[in-house]
Amino acid sequence: MPTSPSIIAEGIDCTDFEEVGIKPDEVEVINKPSTTYFKDAWRRFKSNKVAILGLLILSFFIIMAIFGPLMVPYKYNDSNLKIANQSFSASHWFGTDELGRDYWARIWIGGRISLLIGVLATILQGTIGIIIGSISGFFGGKIDSFLMRIVEFLQAFPYLVWVTLLILIAGSGIIPMILALTLTGWLSMARLVRGQILSIKQEDYVIAATALGADRRRIIRRHMIPNSMGVIIVNLTFSVPQAIFSEAFLSFIGIGIKPPMSSWGLLVSLGMSQLTSYPMRLLIPCICISLTMLSFQLLGDGLRDALDPKLRH
Amino acid sequence: MMFLLITITFFMVKILPGNPFASDKMQAGAKEALYAYYGLDKPIWQQYITYLSNLLKGDLGVSFKLRSIKVNDIIAQSFPKSCDLGIRAIIFALVFGILLGILAALRRGKAIDSISMIIAIIGTSVPSFIIGFFIQYFFSVKLQWFPVSGYDNLKSTILPSFALGLGLLATIAKYTRTSMLEITNSDYVKTANAKGLSKIQIIFKHELRNALIPILTLLGPMIASVITGTFVVEKVFAIPGLGQYYVTSVTNLDYSMVLGLTIFFAAFLVLMNLLVDIAYIIVDPRIRLS
Repeated sequence: MPTSPSIIAEGIDCTDFEEVGIKPDEVEVINKPSTTYFKDAWRRFKSNKVAILGLLILSFFIIMAIFGPLMVPYKYNDSNLKIANQSFSASHWFGTDELGRDYWARIWIGGRISLLIGVLATILQGTIGIIIGSISGFFGGKIDSFLMRIVEFLQAFPYLVWVTLLILIAGSGIIPMILALTLTGWLSMARLVRGQILSIKQEDYVIAATALGADRRRIIRRHMIPNSMGVIIVNLTFSVPQAIFSEAFLSFIGIGIKPPMSSWGLLVSLGMSQLTSYPMRLLIPCICISLTMLSFQLLGDGLRDALDPKLRH
Repeated sequence: MMFLLITITFFMVKILPGNPFASDKMQAGAKEALYAYYGLDKPIWQQYITYLSNLLKGDLGVSFKLRSIKVNDIIAQSFPKSCDLGIRAIIFALVFGILLGILAALRRGKAIDSISMIIAIIGTSVPSFIIGFFIQYFFSVKLQWFPVSGYDNLKSTILPSFALGLGLLATIAKYTRTSMLEITNSDYVKTANAKGLSKIQIIFKHELRNALIPILTLLGPMIASVITGTFVVEKVFAIPGLGQYYVTSVTNLDYSMVLGLTIFFAAFLVLMNLLVDIAYIIVDPRIRLS
C-alpha cells in the first residue's frame, strides 16, 4: 500500500490520471462480432486436421468420379479383345480387363455409380426417416407408438436380407437398388429424430417459449429444427458409407449392378476370380471403396465434434 | 411377430418375377408334374396354408433347384459351420476389442490410444470382404502361411474369423474406451480410490464390470452384422456355410430356399435379441428395478 495516495512513484502523481468510472452502456457491449451456429461449427471443423483430411480424400474421389472417365478416350464398355488383360501402360493407365475394356474408365464410372447410390439412397432414406421420426416425436401418443412398433418390427431382422428380397422383386439396376436401400434404411434416422424431438420438447427453453405463447410453428422453426440439425447431418454423413457398403455387398453377391455397367462392388466381385493372376484388378476397387468409406467416417467424426461439442470425448 | 414376418416373406417371395424352372428343358408334362410335386399348381392361399402348417411342424420345405433336398437338411449341414465361424469372430472381437478399449482409456492420449483408434477407424470403414481379400492375398497367396480357402482345421479358421471379426472389434474398442472414460469420473470409482483399493482391483471390479453393460447392448446388432458378414466372408474363403447357400439360392432364383433361409435367419436373430435382452437384465440390476 502506498503511504501517500497522491504520490505513486517518482515524478508521477495522481493528477496524471483521470477517473474513468463505470459507463453502463459500454460495459454491456459485446466486442466480438456474434457468430452463428454454423460459423462456429465451421471454425471448430477447420481446426480438426483429421476431418480435413477426410474431406480432401472425399473431394478427390468425387472429382475423379466426375472427371476421371473424361480423361481417357475410351468408354467403360468399349471392349476390344485384342488388347485384353494388359497391365498398366501409358495408353491404359490402369490396364485393361479380360474383355479389353479400359480399367481406368471402368473404375471411375464405377465410382460415379457407387457414390450416386450412396448419396441418393442416403438423401431419400434420411427424408423418410426425418418425416416419420418428427411426426412420431412431435405428436406422441397413439401415432408414436404405432410408428415405433413398425420401426421395431423392421429393425429386428437382418436388413441386408430384406434388401436382397426387395431387389429380387424390383430387378437389378441402379434405381431398384436405391429404392430397396431407401425402404430399409430409414429406421435409424426415424428413431434418432424422434429421440431428439422428444428431448428438445422437455428442454426448459421450449417450455419457456410455450409459456410465453409461442405457437407450434414458431417452436418447430426456432427450436426443433436448429437443435436437431447437427445430429441429423452427422447421421447422414455416416449413412453414406453404409449405403456404399450395401451397394458393394449386393453387387458382390451378384444381385446388384450387372455388367457391362460398372460399380466398385461389381469390380471387386469380378476381380475376385482373378485374385491370383491379376491382383491389381481386385486391389484398385478395394482401395477405392475403403478410402471413400474411411473419408466419410473421418468427416462424420469431425462433423460430430464440430456440430455437437457436448458429445466430444 | 414371427407370424407377420413369415406372412410378409412368403408373399414377397411369391411375387418374385422369374421362374426357377424356366431354364430347364423338359418334356411336355414333366413341368406340370414338377409343379404338382411342389404344390405350385394350387392357388396361392392354399400354398400359404400348407406352408404354414408344415412350418409349425418345423419343416421349411424342399429346395427347387437341388431337387428333393430339404431346406432343413441344408441348414442342419451348413449352419454349424457358419455358427462356428460367427462365434469365433465374436469371441475374437470381444477379447481384443475390450482389451484395446481398456488400454486406450488407461493411456489416454498416448501412442496406444492413437493406435487403437486407428484400428477402430479402419475396422469400421473397411468392409469385411475387402479385409478378407487383403489378408487372403498377403497371408495365403504371398506368404503361404495359411490355406487360401476351406474350413476344416484350426489354421483355416483364423483368417475368416479375423476378417469377420475386425469390424466388430473396432466398434467394441470404441465403446469400451468411451464408457471406461466416463466411468473413471463416476462417484463409485472415486470412492474406491479413496478407500485405497489397488488400481487393478478398481479396473476389474468397478470399472470394467460397468463398462461392459453398453457392450452388451451392442451384441444384438453385432449378431445381425455377423449373419450378413458370413454371406460375403464365406464366399471369399469358399466356406460351405449357410451364408454361401443363401447367396447361391438368391442368384439361382431358388425361391423355396430363399424363403426358408430368410425365415430361419430372422427367427435366429429374434431369438438372439431375446437372449441379449435377458442377459442385459441379469447383468444390470438397475434395469430390473425400474
